[in-house]
Amino acid sequence: MATKSAEIKAEDAPDGGERYVLTGEWRNHSISGTLKEFERLEKAGGQGRVELDLAGVEGIDTAGAWLVRRMMTAKEHQGRETILSGVEGPIRELISILPETAPAPPDDGADKRPLFEKAFTPLGRAVVDLGGDFYAAMHILGSAVRGAQLKFGRGSGVSPASVVTHIDRMGVRAVPIIVLMSFLIGAIIAQQGAFQLRNFGAEIFVVDLVGILQLREIGVLLTAIMIAGRTGSAITAEIGSMKMREEIDALTVIGLNPIGVLIFPRLVALTVALPLLTIIANFSALFGAAVVALTYSGITFETYLARLHEAVDHTSIAAGMIKAPFMALVIGIVAAVEGMKVGGSAESLGTHVTASVVKAIFAVIALDAFFAVFYSAIDF
Amino acid sequence: MEMTVDEPQRTQPEPQPEPQKERQVVLSVRDLTVGFGNNLVLDKLNLDIYRGEILGFVGASGTGKSVLMRTVLRLLPQKSGTIEILGVDYQKADDDQRVALDTRLGVLFQHGALFSALTVKENIQLPMREYLDLPQSLMDELAYLKLDMVGLPPDAADKYPSELSGGMIKRAALARALALDPDLVFLDEPTSGLDPIGAADFDALIARLRDTLGLTVYMVTHDLDSLFSVCDRIAVLGQKRVLVEGTLQDMFAFDDPWVQAYFRGKRARAVVTDEHPDQQVEK
Repeated sequence: MATKSAEIKAEDAPDGGERYVLTGEWRNHSISGTLKEFERLEKAGGQGRVELDLAGVEGIDTAGAWLVRRMMTAKEHQGRETILSGVEGPIRELISILPETAPAPPDDGADKRPLFEKAFTPLGRAVVDLGGDFYAAMHILGSAVRGAQLKFGRGSGVSPASVVTHIDRMGVRAVPIIVLMSFLIGAIIAQQGAFQLRNFGAEIFVVDLVGILQLREIGVLLTAIMIAGRTGSAITAEIGSMKMREEIDALTVIGLNPIGVLIFPRLVALTVALPLLTIIANFSALFGAAVVALTYSGITFETYLARLHEAVDHTSIAAGMIKAPFMALVIGIVAAVEGMKVGGSAESLGTHVTASVVKAIFAVIALDAFFAVFYSAIDF
Repeated sequence: MEMTVDEPQRTQPEPQPEPQKERQVVLSVRDLTVGFGNNLVLDKLNLDIYRGEILGFVGASGTGKSVLMRTVLRLLPQKSGTIEILGVDYQKADDDQRVALDTRLGVLFQHGALFSALTVKENIQLPMREYLDLPQSLMDELAYLKLDMVGLPPDAADKYPSELSGGMIKRAALARALALDPDLVFLDEPTSGLDPIGAADFDALIARLRDTLGLTVYMVTHDLDSLFSVCDRIAVLGQKRVLVEGTLQDMFAFDDPWVQAYFRGKRARAVVTDEHPDQQVEK
């Protein structure tokens, strides 16, 4: 768009005052060039009345009109009379309806808290938030233990269709990625283990290594981390967007308990799906290790299975599997708590989904560490 | 500046003395065809909007009012036809012309569509920041000025959209639509969800802005009060095209069951008999 940029010139008027001649387009995209000169004139002192001549103005919008208005206010504050000339109709009306000074929000006042308080406020907030999270988590867990009942305690069984749907989404559809991931992890552990053990001529012990490591620790831990990323984020996003659109409030008003209706089926489904996925992951990893053992170390499947039978007993399997439902609960509850904290904005949804995944993964690893200490204390 | 409580200066569309062909056409739609798959929503639709007028757009649900607005705004593809806004055909325009055109349109979406991660002030300043080269202090002043124009208090500037009521969201969204002082403003159901007093204020505000800023307004609305009080012309969409456009009198005279039901129904009668006792309404 070819526009003439705005210009302002000061002239001496015959009556001893000043005359500011405005020319060109006084629109928001064409005024930036003249702003410096404009502000200099705005601050400049002088005597007599000020005439603003707008006859040469070819176009004006709110931004231009506001500048004219500001100039008039500034000159009137200097005790000088101002008049507009060369302008009629809508432009004059536009200038006249603008307020004399830009409206501004009331000042909140300076922050008067002492430095000590300012420095420790975020820490205090974080602790209180942590307490709130814990309380909310316990609330959800407690409500879930009571089951999917109605708000006033009228019992109603959990809807099996809902649980089955969620098992399908969280469990069955996660099988391919879990199988692939575990196969690779088993193969990598076997290859690295065989490479190191070869130095001692003890390559056969790679079967012990993979078997115990996978069944006790890696299998359940990596599956839980994968599910925290895959399903925990989905739960937070679902519940969070339902919160944003007042669907949770609608459930409450209808007389349903949102925790019972929304979170309980997901928790049940997750608690069923994660142990099953862990079993699949273990089989897949042991198969991956067997393939590497055969191709890399020449250990046949028969030898592999015989050695595995000796190395692994039911306690190893149980030690891993016991952890799975607990991890599922932790993932589900963290995801639900974060989902319920979502506020009104799209940004807050993103923040809480991220927080859900990060906290769930951290909680899963912390829980695993706790179990490791516990097992060693009871010699399991 | 108490703009919002003022009565609109023209409470009734006055007959335009000058012939319409002499007035500048701001938006011109010719033979527009839009459809999804084999289903045509709009078929060879023609429409003109003149500078400085408020055009009210009505039509039964599902006749394609939103589709037309979204097509004009190039949010939906057209099958054929031309759309000229301010004399520029967007499909043939080069990049500079397109940018120039974008800065001259303002849109108020039905639900506001304020960016939820930004405060109201940042929402208003977003188009300014993108297109203009102005110092922050002036942008702040302009943002507060726009807020004042749409009747919001200055302390709303630092609030997030989720902290505002429905009416305030509409006003804030209008302030953002007006941020660049556009020539043509699209309003999608601006008064839906507002109480009658708030809606009347909003109508008065739009009329006032039209008079002072010379806006041209394209308003999709079902609010009979708005149609009767601020719209200069009304266009009715039906049967995949504009059934009739013209003043209120033309609507009353037009022989179509839907148009008759709309403008002579019980609800319309209440509005008409209150405000325009001279107009004949079927008893």
